[in-house]
Amino acid sequence: MQRIGVFVCHCGSNIAATVDVKKVVEMARLEPGVVHAEDYQYMCSEVGQAKIATAIHEKHLTGIVVCSCSPRMHETTFRKAAEKAGLNPYMVEIANIREHCSWIHKNIEEATKKAVILARAAIAKVNLNTPLKAGESRVTKRALVIGGGIAGIQTALDIAEAGYEVDIVEKTPSIGGRMSQLDKTFPTLDCSACILTPKMVEASAHDKITIYTYSEVEKVSGFVGDFTVDIRKKARSVDMTKCTGCGVCQEKCPSRKAPSEFNRGLSTRSAIYTPFAQAIPNVPVIDREHCIKFKTGKCGLCEKVCQAGAIDYTQKDEIITEKYGAIVVATGFDTIKLDQYDEYAYSQSKDVITSLELERIMNAAGPTKGHLERLSDGKPPKNMVFIQCVGSRCSDNRGKSYCSKICCMYTAKHAMLIRDKYPDVNVTVFYIDVRTPGKNFDEFYRRAVEDYGVNYIKGQVGKVAPQPDGSLLVQGVDLLDNKQILMKADMVVLATAIEPDPSVRSIATMLTASIDTNNFLTEAHAKLRPVESPTAGVFLSGVCQGPKDIPETVAQAGAAAVKAIGLLAKDKLMTNPCTAKADELLCNGCSQCENVCPYGAISYETKLINDHGVREERRIAVVNNALCQGCGACTVTCPSGAMDLQGFSNRQILAEVDAICR
Amino acid sequence: MSITANEEFRPKIVAFCCNWCSYAGADLAGSSRLTYPADVKIIRVPCSCRVNPMFILRAFEKGADGVILCGCHPGDCHYSTGNYYARRRMALLFSMLDYIGVEHGRTRVEWVSAAEGVKFSQTMNEFVAKITSLGKNVRLEDLRCRK
Amino acid sequence: MNNAMKQAEQIREISGVNPYKCMKCGKCSASCPSFNEMDIKPHQFVSYVLNNDIEALMQSESLWKCLSCFACVERCPRDVKPGKLIDAARQLVVRQRDETYLSPDEIPELLDPDLPQQLLVSAFRRYRR
Repeated sequence: MQRIGVFVCHCGSNIAATVDVKKVVEMARLEPGVVHAEDYQYMCSEVGQAKIATAIHEKHLTGIVVCSCSPRMHETTFRKAAEKAGLNPYMVEIANIREHCSWIHKNIEEATKKAVILARAAIAKVNLNTPLKAGESRVTKRALVIGGGIAGIQTALDIAEAGYEVDIVEKTPSIGGRMSQLDKTFPTLDCSACILTPKMVEASAHDKITIYTYSEVEKVSGFVGDFTVDIRKKARSVDMTKCTGCGVCQEKCPSRKAPSEFNRGLSTRSAIYTPFAQAIPNVPVIDREHCIKFKTGKCGLCEKVCQAGAIDYTQKDEIITEKYGAIVVATGFDTIKLDQYDEYAYSQSKDVITSLELERIMNAAGPTKGHLERLSDGKPPKNMVFIQCVGSRCSDNRGKSYCSKICCMYTAKHAMLIRDKYPDVNVTVFYIDVRTPGKNFDEFYRRAVEDYGVNYIKGQVGKVAPQPDGSLLVQGVDLLDNKQILMKADMVVLATAIEPDPSVRSIATMLTASIDTNNFLTEAHAKLRPVESPTAGVFLSGVCQGPKDIPETVAQAGAAAVKAIGLLAKDKLMTNPCTAKADELLCNGCSQCENVCPYGAISYETKLINDHGVREERRIAVVNNALCQGCGACTVTCPSGAMDLQGFSNRQILAEVDAICR
Repeated sequence: MSITANEEFRPKIVAFCCNWCSYAGADLAGSSRLTYPADVKIIRVPCSCRVNPMFILRAFEKGADGVILCGCHPGDCHYSTGNYYARRRMALLFSMLDYIGVEHGRTRVEWVSAAEGVKFSQTMNEFVAKITSLGKNVRLEDLRCRK
Repeated sequence: MNNAMKQAEQIREISGVNPYKCMKCGKCSASCPSFNEMDIKPHQFVSYVLNNDIEALMQSESLWKCLSCFACVERCPRDVKPGKLIDAARQLVVRQRDETYLSPDEIPELLDPDLPQQLLVSAFRRYRR
């Protein structure tokens, strides 16, 4: 039986004016388990807290109820006070008789009656409270960043600058990501490589940053502060310690027909390759699918020409296991496949391209050396048509329901750059809406129209038909004019929707981080915790969380880094003791609780159970206290009633219900 | 405890409020001094998904006249998906209650955010009015529980 | 509910289309091969239905200019499918005029070898119900 003390606060006149506190004290004394009850002006004051401490000592209280303001206000205060006096802090319950009673009721009799009932409910609950102890878990002072694009690089740099070790895992042979494929960036039109390359170099030179390129995360176990991750370093066939990056192997490689990923397949590359000139690390990779040596066993030219002796055909995939305290996901995006949009003739004509392909064409290191020309015949175009929202804002099953956010701006950029460099090219943009919120963004779009004479047409294109003369017939509509438009174009550029990189699915599964129907990672709170995953210790950086442009990505990368640093700076993590717990004797291992747990906190183990003398091995649920956040979803799902939530147990809540309905 | 024709009927109402949104909304209603009848008593739960249908049945059994469950708005759940579970469970429970003759109006699920003090008080006023009009819950009350 | 609203309701029912989903992109009109023959353009059909202005739709020449090629239905990014609205409006007119439906047996006699195949297909689509 508990020995309960009840402390009723006047809160000045806030409570005492509408609630007869003496009556509450008097009534509380009649409740089972109550051995002490008193009232005081301000329970939260030093004196009030001292009264609680004295009562705990003198009356040997095992639980206390404070009738005062909302627990959201002073629950921690009173818990600390109780702890100081030697009582377990979780033996404290608050009856909210201010916000939920005195402040909203006018009639003293009514309010007092309600206050008595609220106190009664709290007392009934404390009677069933058990001491709980917040667990502790250690924090490994190392962060993992998955993805080496601008988001990952920025996050890694920020974490490393704070003095923590960071590993970047990048699946392609070089860091740099999508941003490295861009030619210019809006709205300042500075060259993408010029601002990205220094960051790449900085990351690779940083002594706190380790970069694993051509590597993938294979397995994740553990929990916040203590993740264990297996990283697969794919066989590069080139010894990174020996290679000097001279590039001779790439020049001499006789297999040159592999499509260049970096140039979006618009050009070819050798089988031994670095994706682009500024690649980091500047160490090539042998693409075993296209390498003649690997296909036929004959060749070995690269090995012969390599003066450093770095080529190693026998290299095998290597698994590295490392421990991390925090994981940042920065897996980025890709453009969607266009097979569902054949009305735009993307598969039929080489002159219908995506905007990302146009970036490569406009880039000096691209397939056309930066000259704007048709990929079919190399002729300069005279008329260019841009089509917006290709696959974005589609609620049919062909495309994506969301707005890809960046297309309006990059199309304005492309149109402007083309009109600037090739003033004789006519540029027409078909749009549904022009969406350019952001600093200097709308001004930028207006410049394209007003200063560069880009023809913006409100309407869509229904069909692009390749003509026998090599041109493209574009059938569209001008909604403001209510006219259908038929125009000839030499090139058509599709503002293709972006989607999260497909690799995010398996990564989300490994991390038990939730993803939405579009494969974007879900944030812990859409407004208040936008860079954290609901899974503790996992943070989100860049487009993997939702479409965003470079400045937003960099800002979010920094925010994710700060959150990760905040975690790494702690030596130990206190865990919420109000976690779920399975009754071993009741659990039948049905796995239903695992399905509803948003945190992946529940696992199963086979255990020898002594059930009233019957000893047998059973599969039972085990809750990881470091992961469980105490929502209670599992407790209601459990068909056998084995799962219960500590601090809010079934019995406690039922006791409250009974006390209120009594 | 019997109610005579002269005595005004005051319902017993249990409100389950999730800690993160609705309980905070109720606090805001309090600090904004937005009144609602004293018949409503709030029980704090970590999340609306913590509310076992059993709790609601128990309340009715013990003589409650109405039970309301408040949680975060869909998509805003602190635990990301808890309120979806709550919504589904309650849909099932309420249709069962309906089937056994407990009027549909006696139970309610409402989403109240931490910023919606006004909505909380309005909801409670409405709910109390509804329950008052429905009168005493006699269908599920276990008479042995009466004192 | 007045007559206009009832008709609009009927159109929604027959077509199974939710016109509120339209984002006014105009891809239907951009795709339409009969655009220039029409007095009410495909994308305008949606707002006529939303405004319960069905009488005007039923008077419209467009009903009979639509080829039922269903390009707009295929390409509509929002599943609004103006072609189905037109089809539904056409049905309303046909029902109103009290015209009898063709039976499949009558069709072979009426067939003209010069008729485009598409027209046959769309006729079947229209009259099979």
